[in-house]
Amino acid sequence: MKTSGHRKFSRLITFSSSLSLSLSLGFLGICFLSSFAQAQSGGELRFCLRTEPKTFDPLLVDDDASLSIRYLTGGVLIRANRHTQELEPELAESWTLSKDGKQITFKLRTGIAFSDGSPFSSEDVAFTMQRLMDPALHSSTGDAFRSGSGAVTSKIIAANQIAVTFPAPVAGIDRLFDQVAIMSAHSPKKEAAVLGPFMVAEYKAGSSLLLRRNPNYWKKDSQGRRLPYLDSIRLDIQSNRDVEMLRFKRGELDLINVLDSDYFDRLAASSPGVAHDAGASLDSDFMWFNQVATAPIPEYKRAWFRSANFRRAISQAINRDDLSRVVFNGHAQPAVGPVSPANKFWFNNKLKAEPYRPDAALQHLQADGFRMQNGALVDKSGNAVEFSIVTNAGSKSRERMAVMVQEDLGKLGVKVNVVTLDFPSLLERISQKFNYEAAMLGFRNVDLDPNGQMNIWLSSAEDHAWNPQQKSPATAWEAEIDSLMRAQASTADPKRRKESFDRVQEIVFEQAPMIYLVNQNALSAVSSAVEGANPGILSPQTFWNAERITLNATTRASR
Amino acid sequence: MKSRGVTAARRLACVVVLVVCVAALAANWLAPAGYARQFRDAPGASPSHQHLLGTDEIGRDRFARLLYGTRISLLLAPAAALVSTLLAALVGGLAGYLGGVWLRLARGFTDLFLSLPWLFLLITVRALLPLNVAPLVSVLITFLILGLLGWAASARVLSTSADALRNSDFVLQARASGLHGPRLFFVHVLPNLKPVLYAQFWISIPVFILSEANLGILGLGVAEPLPSWGSLLRELEGLISFREEPWRFVPLLLLVVVMTSFQLLLSNEEVTA
Repeated sequence: MKTSGHRKFSRLITFSSSLSLSLSLGFLGICFLSSFAQAQSGGELRFCLRTEPKTFDPLLVDDDASLSIRYLTGGVLIRANRHTQELEPELAESWTLSKDGKQITFKLRTGIAFSDGSPFSSEDVAFTMQRLMDPALHSSTGDAFRSGSGAVTSKIIAANQIAVTFPAPVAGIDRLFDQVAIMSAHSPKKEAAVLGPFMVAEYKAGSSLLLRRNPNYWKKDSQGRRLPYLDSIRLDIQSNRDVEMLRFKRGELDLINVLDSDYFDRLAASSPGVAHDAGASLDSDFMWFNQVATAPIPEYKRAWFRSANFRRAISQAINRDDLSRVVFNGHAQPAVGPVSPANKFWFNNKLKAEPYRPDAALQHLQADGFRMQNGALVDKSGNAVEFSIVTNAGSKSRERMAVMVQEDLGKLGVKVNVVTLDFPSLLERISQKFNYEAAMLGFRNVDLDPNGQMNIWLSSAEDHAWNPQQKSPATAWEAEIDSLMRAQASTADPKRRKESFDRVQEIVFEQAPMIYLVNQNALSAVSSAVEGANPGILSPQTFWNAERITLNATTRASR
Repeated sequence: MKSRGVTAARRLACVVVLVVCVAALAANWLAPAGYARQFRDAPGASPSHQHLLGTDEIGRDRFARLLYGTRISLLLAPAAALVSTLLAALVGGLAGYLGGVWLRLARGFTDLFLSLPWLFLLITVRALLPLNVAPLVSVLITFLILGLLGWAASARVLSTSADALRNSDFVLQARASGLHGPRLFFVHVLPNLKPVLYAQFWISIPVFILSEANLGILGLGVAEPLPSWGSLLRELEGLISFREEPWRFVPLLLLVVVMTSFQLLLSNEEVTA
């Protein structure tokens, strides 16, 4: 009895043990599966927009905040991968370019619907192109496609095939489609019907914006799960960077897309692992001298500014390594020219940043008749070399750079006065009245293609900073730049385009009409709660792969 | 007891202002490195024997910049206050003394002047100035603008005081004795406006220091590389906690101490005025 009872008891224990083990294993399995599923979906990502979005119309986007929203909500035919810089098919399964560079034909994916359920077809692409190229819309995205006089026509070949023809060749045309979010031709919701991973669900002016997952988003991950993983993205409108940083540190925000070097270092010191330096960005800081013939500056100064020797000497007398190391705490690289080395295809690898060589600078100046007199540099007529550099008030890094340039040039006997002005006054001086001597500004470049810089390099362009809107090129080298820029814009052959633009970079380096100083690094912050983010140098730095970003379980549970 | 306490506080304030002024004037000896020299190998350094308050972001000695900045702010703010008080005495004092339509006109004008958006006006005036001026000249111009634009509030106070004096018994008696015009103004009215003038002068000094600091925070004050309290206070931008780099708060502390001292320096009469 005892034995039997013992056996029964043992069996009972064994049975109950197995049952409890099975239940435990089952429970653990369910927990594991559910946690795995949760790891792949759900949660709300939070970060800040620095300004209010000016528009939700994807074709009218012109500001950073609207660009971010367009990136997250808009579906495009071709996407430039922000990491590899290569073009990838999105809504277009494939595309072909005609030999003359005037036509692009897309084969579209099928079975795709907008966020409101409207089906996507070539009609939507035709509608979008027609609206984009409507001169009455004044779309800056559309301006990039304008290659010549005449209409842009779209020919629907089939429901999933369309050919778009331009009156003249458009260089780098396929890359331009990265900026064109396709709109629905038939949806009553107009721009609210989107093809991107998220859609605008709520907007509180001046406060926040809520983007929810687009239930009809077409993309799936390698395991067949629908993207995006996140349920929603909350964008708080916050211009104060101190507040943004505080909220990030408190865990209220998950990303900071662009960080200053000061903030970056403080963050890196307090929370190692969340601050990301992706290396040199496409952005550059530079200075230039006023060469406008009608500018209200003394004639002898205009003669200095028009001399390539003088400009090159100033360039050589600036210690760019110090600028990068001191002003940006090492989070910047000495700039070479109009193209950052981060632009893998278009950068001219033969060029190197101008080294700090005050002796060479003096030689250049002596070639123009400049000489030292009582510790000050004077020109051949005996005028002491003194000029002012204007820059915008409020930009700490630029003000610091100007002060360091002031000291560097002081060693050469050049007296520099640094003047900070509010931005509207500065713009008025440099673009309307031309009442300045030298200016220091920065250029936020979002476009890899040199066509995006046509407005700077053509001598007739408004943004040809040192001498804008010339009726005919004032110098031979400007004429050469004009012809090279036009040549690269009029061919679809990447090799020929590259050759032309390489030469432009060489001329800019030799003539130094713009003295490039530094390329700031792309600095960002990604909270440890975020998984799958891969900060890069191209905008939007931290959330370019938002559809594949997830949050960890703790963060999901707390929100 | 109260009067003794007030006197002690005034004495202490006097000593503080004196010490600060002497230190500022002795900047060349106390901080021989100068305010502009860039120690590029030690940007943003912590306080050390070589740099008592550390260095700023481009390696300039903070202690030297504080001393030179104090010199600029403490010398030029009183000068600007003098200009504005004289203008206020001219407009407000004269209008109050003349009374009638002159007083109404002057009050209307000062009200209009006070209602202008000063910050924007200062920014505009600053932007209209010639670009190629030496930093020292830019400092003088900045404070001169502040002085020329900052008289209206004082003029309002002075016009009210002068108006009250105009109808006072001793002025009536002087008039009855045959005293008129400028002589009556300079002999009887102006001397009795002195406490108000002094009070307005002392009150204006911190106002101008703070105005320059505000302009400096916007990057529009004193031109680089010259330091001022405004440009030194700009360094506090972006500082998240006091504990991070407490020595960076020294300019703010000095500003508060000096401003408080100036307030304590006012006599009872001037405070009442």
